[in-house]
Amino acid sequence: MVLKPHLDDFKIIGYYLGKITIGIGLFMLIPIICALGFREVSPTFDFFIGIGVSFLCGFILTRICFTDKDLNWMQGMIVVSLSWLVATAIGAIPLYLSGHFKSYLDACFDAMSGFATTGLTLAQDIDHFSYAHNLWRHLIMFIGGQGIVIVALSLFVKGFSGAFKMYVGEARDERVLPNVIHTSRFIWLVSIIFLVLGTLALGITGLLNGMKAQNAFFHGACIFMAAFDTGGFAPQSQNILYYHNMTFETITIVIMILGAINFKLHYHLWTGNFKELFRNIEMRTFFVTIVITFIITAIGLHKLGIYQPAIVLFRKGFYQLISGHTGTGFQTIYAKQFIGGWNELSLTGVIFAMALGGAVCSTTGAIKMLRIGIIMKAVKEDIRRIMLPEKAIVVQRFHHVKNIFLEDKQVRAALLISLCYLLLYAAGALVGMFFGYPFVDSLFESTSAAANVGLSCGITDTAMPVFLKFTYIIQMWAGRLEFMSIFTLLGFLIAAIKGK
Amino acid sequence: MKQLKNYELRIMNCRKNKIIFIFPFVFFIWSLICFSETISSTELINSAKQYDGEEIDYKGEVIGDVMVRGRFAWINVNDGKNAIGIWLPQPLVKEISYTGSYKAKGDIVEVKGKFNRACIEHGGDLDIHAVSLQIVQKGENVDEVISPRKIKVAIAFLIICLTLTVIYFIKLGYGNRS
Repeated sequence: MVLKPHLDDFKIIGYYLGKITIGIGLFMLIPIICALGFREVSPTFDFFIGIGVSFLCGFILTRICFTDKDLNWMQGMIVVSLSWLVATAIGAIPLYLSGHFKSYLDACFDAMSGFATTGLTLAQDIDHFSYAHNLWRHLIMFIGGQGIVIVALSLFVKGFSGAFKMYVGEARDERVLPNVIHTSRFIWLVSIIFLVLGTLALGITGLLNGMKAQNAFFHGACIFMAAFDTGGFAPQSQNILYYHNMTFETITIVIMILGAINFKLHYHLWTGNFKELFRNIEMRTFFVTIVITFIITAIGLHKLGIYQPAIVLFRKGFYQLISGHTGTGFQTIYAKQFIGGWNELSLTGVIFAMALGGAVCSTTGAIKMLRIGIIMKAVKEDIRRIMLPEKAIVVQRFHHVKNIFLEDKQVRAALLISLCYLLLYAAGALVGMFFGYPFVDSLFESTSAAANVGLSCGITDTAMPVFLKFTYIIQMWAGRLEFMSIFTLLGFLIAAIKGK
Repeated sequence: MKQLKNYELRIMNCRKNKIIFIFPFVFFIWSLICFSETISSTELINSAKQYDGEEIDYKGEVIGDVMVRGRFAWINVNDGKNAIGIWLPQPLVKEISYTGSYKAKGDIVEVKGKFNRACIEHGGDLDIHAVSLQIVQKGENVDEVISPRKIKVAIAFLIICLTLTVIYFIKLGYGNRS
């Protein structure tokens, strides 16, 4: 029997949703400061309207649904899944008012793409974006990368048990520190320190390569946010190709890899435990998958013979591959070049890399390295079991911060989430094919959206069918939250309709 | 009769010679006309293999920064669909006075140069190595146009937000006292 949700459930969900809505509005103060600094008047009004809508909705929700009760697991999950939709709707307001989007849906597409750290864009004429709107596009990736709910709550809440439920709901099932609020503050600390260092490195590189000082450091900050949060937006329409510089590309590769590393591992590196870097199952799996997928891509590109000599092949091939593997989506080639210039073998290498993703508890999407590592260990265990005598006891261990014995429930969880991702990739590809796009193109774009990567082969365009835009929005949302909170929301809706 | 036939044959031969002479001339003029036509970025990207290594003309707005690198410089030129990187001798960029941004419309330039599908010199970038640059239209600063409705809505929301914030802090104050 399905139980109908109680009124209290709606009130608690509404109350926390209201708080998060206000939190998102407060973040719009940053682009307002930027707009005032650069004397951009129209964008200032756009963000005032955005703040106004978020404050109004937030205050109404917190007043109507006022409660002092804490969240349970179900409510926490629902708050998370709804928060991402609300954040998308509110975050899209200033983007739409900028006049760079053909419809509000297109602005919502970009907002979801930003929050989910995907990087696919439907923005028009990016080269004439204001500084404030450009900053907002990159800031939402920074907020989404840390986790919208946790970011909003860690700023205003001293600590409550419900926070952990929302933390888990945002696909972060590992705590760096015992308290989840402390964990999210640590994540902020790491991110902000890297932000300063990354902005300086990219800014100085830009400056040395002929950019104006204000542009060099502004681009540096934006590109850092996009790289560290494995987002993939860039302040110019050419993405990273705009800079025409190898040093710039190398720095972004380092930042992308840092963004794809588990924050728990960051903590160990900060505390001086460098051995963990070489022992951790995620890092080992990451290294192996990078090598394998790059070999596939490189063979494909070598057969084509476009990029010669080998160093050119490495620069182009490895950049797109690492960008796809870390889930960033930076490109140093044009979207149409993937289909027009690359062959199916090289594209397959990139699709595999995108589908696998980075580490858990990082800012990447996709299946993730811990799950791949666990599945591989399970396969190894089963092969050993077949090879050894029946009475032999086969035990498999792996190292993830500490030594852990492999259990069936870990394998089951890893396989379940991996299966969900594979189905999501396939579903998006089918929708793409339904609208007449070729198989490889559809699979490429679908994997890119669902794995929150952002590499595009040209399907993502403002002229694409509305249903396909909705499909990609849902894929980005589901892929970022890793399904559980969305399944809970669906269950809640069914219970609300059919429950007794 | 025979004389007439010979005469006709001579005329025909003469016509043939004229055609043989005129044809390459027309072809040359036609190719000149075609060559001077600019090629769009979409065509260059989609048919990169076809244009690889060719001398082409490309027209568009200079956007972003003019990045001087020693004796050469990079500019990015957007034709309304895509922006393509142009590598050109540094003295040529001195003519550029406006580059496209939020507050400016960049100079519209026409560049002539060699198109590279995957430039060996620049790490495989799709680019154009220009030998000449011509300013077709000067850029200008763009004044912001703000709709009065946007201002009214923003002010209305600002007043509502301030009121709600004041109410919130007053209630918070009462709550703390009680």
